[in-house]
Amino acid sequence: MADLTSNFLGIKSPNPFWLASAPPTDKAYNVNRAFEAGWGGVSWKTLGEDPHIVNVNGPRYSSMMSNDRRVIGFNNIELITDRPFQVNLKEMRQVKRDWPDRALVASVMFPMNEASWAKHIPIIEDTGIDGFELNFGCPHGMSERGMGAAVGQVPEYIKQATEWCKKYATVPVIVKLTPNITDVIYPAEACLEGGADAVSLINTINSIMRVDYDSLTMFPTTGGMGTHGGYCGEAVKPIALNMVAEIARNEKTKNLPISGIGGVTTWKDAVDFIALGASNVQVCTAAMVYGFKIVEDMKTGLSNFLDEKGMNSVDELIGKAVPSVTDWKFLNLNHVDKAVIDQEKCIKCGRCHIVCEDTSHQAIKYSDDGGNRVFTVDDNECVGCNLCVSVCPIVDCITMVAMESGVDPRTGKEITSEPADWTTHENNPMKVS
Amino acid sequence: MSNNKIKSEGVNIKSHRLSKKEIEDNFSDLHAPLTPIEALIEADRCYFCYDAPCTKACPSDIDVPGFIQSIRSDNLTGAAEKILSENIFGGMCARDCPTEELCQQACVRNDHEDKPVEIGLLQRYATDSVLENGVKLFSRKKDTGKSIAVVGAGPAGISCAHRLSVLGHNITVYDSKDKLGGLNEYGIAAYKSTNDFAQQELDYILDIGGINIQTGMELGKQITLEGLQKQFDAVFLGCGLGTVNQLNLENENISGVIDAVEYIANLRQTSNKDELMVGKNIVVIGGGMTAIDIAVQSKLLGAEQVTIAYRRDKNAMAASEYEQTLAKKHDVQIQYNLSPKQLISDESNVSAIVFDVMSSQNDGSINATGESLTLRADVVFKAIGQKLVTEGLTDNSLELEKGRIVVDENRKTSLTKVWAGGDCILDGDNLTVSAVQDGKLAAISINETLTQGA
Repeated sequence: MADLTSNFLGIKSPNPFWLASAPPTDKAYNVNRAFEAGWGGVSWKTLGEDPHIVNVNGPRYSSMMSNDRRVIGFNNIELITDRPFQVNLKEMRQVKRDWPDRALVASVMFPMNEASWAKHIPIIEDTGIDGFELNFGCPHGMSERGMGAAVGQVPEYIKQATEWCKKYATVPVIVKLTPNITDVIYPAEACLEGGADAVSLINTINSIMRVDYDSLTMFPTTGGMGTHGGYCGEAVKPIALNMVAEIARNEKTKNLPISGIGGVTTWKDAVDFIALGASNVQVCTAAMVYGFKIVEDMKTGLSNFLDEKGMNSVDELIGKAVPSVTDWKFLNLNHVDKAVIDQEKCIKCGRCHIVCEDTSHQAIKYSDDGGNRVFTVDDNECVGCNLCVSVCPIVDCITMVAMESGVDPRTGKEITSEPADWTTHENNPMKVS
Repeated sequence: MSNNKIKSEGVNIKSHRLSKKEIEDNFSDLHAPLTPIEALIEADRCYFCYDAPCTKACPSDIDVPGFIQSIRSDNLTGAAEKILSENIFGGMCARDCPTEELCQQACVRNDHEDKPVEIGLLQRYATDSVLENGVKLFSRKKDTGKSIAVVGAGPAGISCAHRLSVLGHNITVYDSKDKLGGLNEYGIAAYKSTNDFAQQELDYILDIGGINIQTGMELGKQITLEGLQKQFDAVFLGCGLGTVNQLNLENENISGVIDAVEYIANLRQTSNKDELMVGKNIVVIGGGMTAIDIAVQSKLLGAEQVTIAYRRDKNAMAASEYEQTLAKKHDVQIQYNLSPKQLISDESNVSAIVFDVMSSQNDGSINATGESLTLRADVVFKAIGQKLVTEGLTDNSLELEKGRIVVDENRKTSLTKVWAGGDCILDGDNLTVSAVQDGKLAAISINETLTQGA
C-alpha cells in the first residue's frame, strides 16, 4: 500500500484529500462528520469581520445535470460564514483538539486595511489551527464589498493583504486564487512577492446557470431577481488544471506549493492535479453532491494507482506531468499522427465520418455495400487532429498512430526524427535563424 | 359476430376461467410506457449515427436518431413531428412493430453490448405526448378540388387519406365494418393496444379534416371499383385480406374449430373478456404473428394447455424470434414439423387433432415422415393466413398475381386511376408499418399524378 500521508507546508494529514472552504466546512457538526468519514483535512468556511454577513433565504445552489441527472456543473451564491466570529473560533478550537491528526486551516477574508488583519489573525491562530487560507476568490457578493475576487483580481492588493497576514501569523499562509482573471501568473507572482507559503486554486467562476423557460427570467432567482454565482464541479476541472500547470511551470513560481481545487470528484481527478503540480487537493462539489463517503474511493483509488505505478508516496507523483506542458510554439511540427480505426472494434455508428466530413478534413471515408458499413481513414487527408477519437463511443477503437518513417501522403514530406517548431518555421515572420 | 362455434355445453370450453381482475391484469400494456426520466436516459443511449441503420431498417423511413435527439432536448413536439410526418400511425407502430427485427435489430449498440436503444418505447413516448395533448402538427393545403376514394379504413387506407388531405385533396373512405381502423382495431393483440388506443389515434389523425367516412360499405356490394373510378379522380385500395385460409380437412366446420382472426376480432371488441368462451386444451395451427397472438391471448384468458403446431421447422417460422420467446414466456408450447391431417370429434365438438410429422429439407420443401402425432384439443384455432376477397376486383382487368394486387414502386396498380397498398398487394409483408408506408407512397404518387401540369 502506497503511503497517502501528506505534508503540505509542514501541515500533516493522513491523506491529501481536504474539504475546501465551503458549506461542507461551515461548522463543527459537518467537520466532525467529515473527519469520521475519513477526510484528511478541512479548510474551515471563510471567517470575516463581525457583524457576520447574512445569506439570502432562497436558492443558493443550482446545478447543470446530464439527462440521468448526474451533476456536471454546480453554481452557488452563498457568502462567507453567516455565524458570529466567536462561535466559529470556539468550534474550531474544539475540533482541532478532537482531531489532532487532521489538517485544520482557517479560511479568512478581511477588508483591505491592516488593522483588521492585525486584530483577527492572532485570535484565530490561537485556536490551534494549522494554517491560514486567504479567500481572494469568492466571485459573488463579497467582491461587491471590495473583498474576495475583488482582491484576487488586483495583484497589488494580493501582495499587500498577504504581507499583512504574514506579518501577524506564525503558521503557513495559503492564498486562494480566483480564476476570473486573464493570466493566473500575475496573481501567483504577487502571492510569492507578498510572502505566501502556497497558493490554492481555483475558486469558482462567474456564472449564470440558465434561464427559466416559463418565466424567461434567469434561473434560479430569489423571488424573481437573480445574480451571478460561482461555478464549480467536474465541468471546471480543465480550467483549473491549466492554471495549476501554468504556475507549476512558470520560472518564478515553480517552487511555490499548490493546493489543487476545481471539480475533484474521483481519485483520477486528484492524479491530474497532483501530476500537474499540486501537492494536495481540496474538494467541495463532490461532497455536496454525494456526501462525505465519496472520499473512500478517492483514497483507495489513489493508493492503488500509486501501487500500480510503483510509487511509494503521493510526493513521488507531484509534478510528474509538468515537464510535458509547454507553449504551442515549442510543439514539434515534424511529428505526424494518423488516425487508425480498429475495424474489429468499430460498431459502424459513423460519427467519426460525419464530424470529419462536416467540420474537419474529410479524411474518413464511408462505404455502404448492401448494409455492410465500412469507415476508413484516408491518410492523404488526415491531419491527425484527434476529432474522430474525441467523438468515438468505443474505447480504443480509433487511435492516433505516429508515422515513424516514410512520406506523409498528405504533405508529401519525408518523416524525420529531427524536431522542428514554430520558432524556426519558415512561415514565422519572427523566426529565429 | 360471436363465438357461435363454441358450444357452451362442451365439457372443457367455458367462460370465467379467470376472474375479471386477473384478466384485466393479463391484458394490461405488454410494455409499460417510459416515464420522462426513463425516456431521457434511454434517449441518451442513442449514438446519433450517421446514415443511421435504424432508419434504413424502418419500412416507413422514420428519422430515428433525429426524433431521439429531440426527446433528449425535451422537444417532444419536434420528436413527434419527425415520426408522424413519415408515419402517421407512429403511435400504433411503436406498439406493434416487430422492432426486434427492424430498427432495433439494426441498432449499432447490438454490436458491442447486445442491448439496442429501445426505439419503440421512445417512439411511443414522443407520439403519446402529442396524442394525449391533442397537439396539432398538420394542416391542409389549399383545396385542389380533386376527390379520391379510399377503400378500407385500416393503416394503409387512413395513411393514404391523411397524406392526401394534407396535400389539399378531398377524400372519401369506405369500410365494410362498423368501426374504423382495420386490423389496428380488430386484429392487433389486445395487450399491444390498450385503452382503446386504435380509436384515439384515429380521432387524432382524422382531426385533419377533409376525410369523409362511409362505414358499412363493402367493395363488390354497396360500392364497385368501376363506380368509384367513374365517380372519383383516383382510387386507393387498402381493403386488406377479407377472408382466411382453410385447413381443407373433413369436419372443418365442427364446433371448436375456429378462425383465429375472427376470435381475435371478437376479443378486441368485447367489453367483458371474462365472458369469452375459452378452451382448456387449445391447439393453434400456423406459424405467423396471428398464431402467436391467439396462443398468448388464449393463455391470458385462462386456457390451460396451448400448443402452436407449425408445419415447417423453427427457421421457417414467420413469427419473429422475439414473438416466439414471448409465447414461450407465457407457457405456450411450440411444436414444429406438424401438418394437420385429421380432426377428431366427440359429441359434435372437436376433441383431438392428428398431424403428419414432417421433415424439412434444405431446399425448403417438406415431406411426410410417415409418423403421426395426436394432440388433445377442445379448441383448434386456424391461423394459417388470410387471402384477398377477389370479388369486385377481377371484373375490372385489375392485374392480380398469387391472389394479390400487383403494384409498382409507387403502389400504382395496372389501372390508370387505381393505387393499392397494405396486406392486399403482392409482396406485402403484413406489417402495419409497411401498410402505412404503402398508403403514404400511394398518396404522394396520386398527388403527383393529379396535380401534373396544374
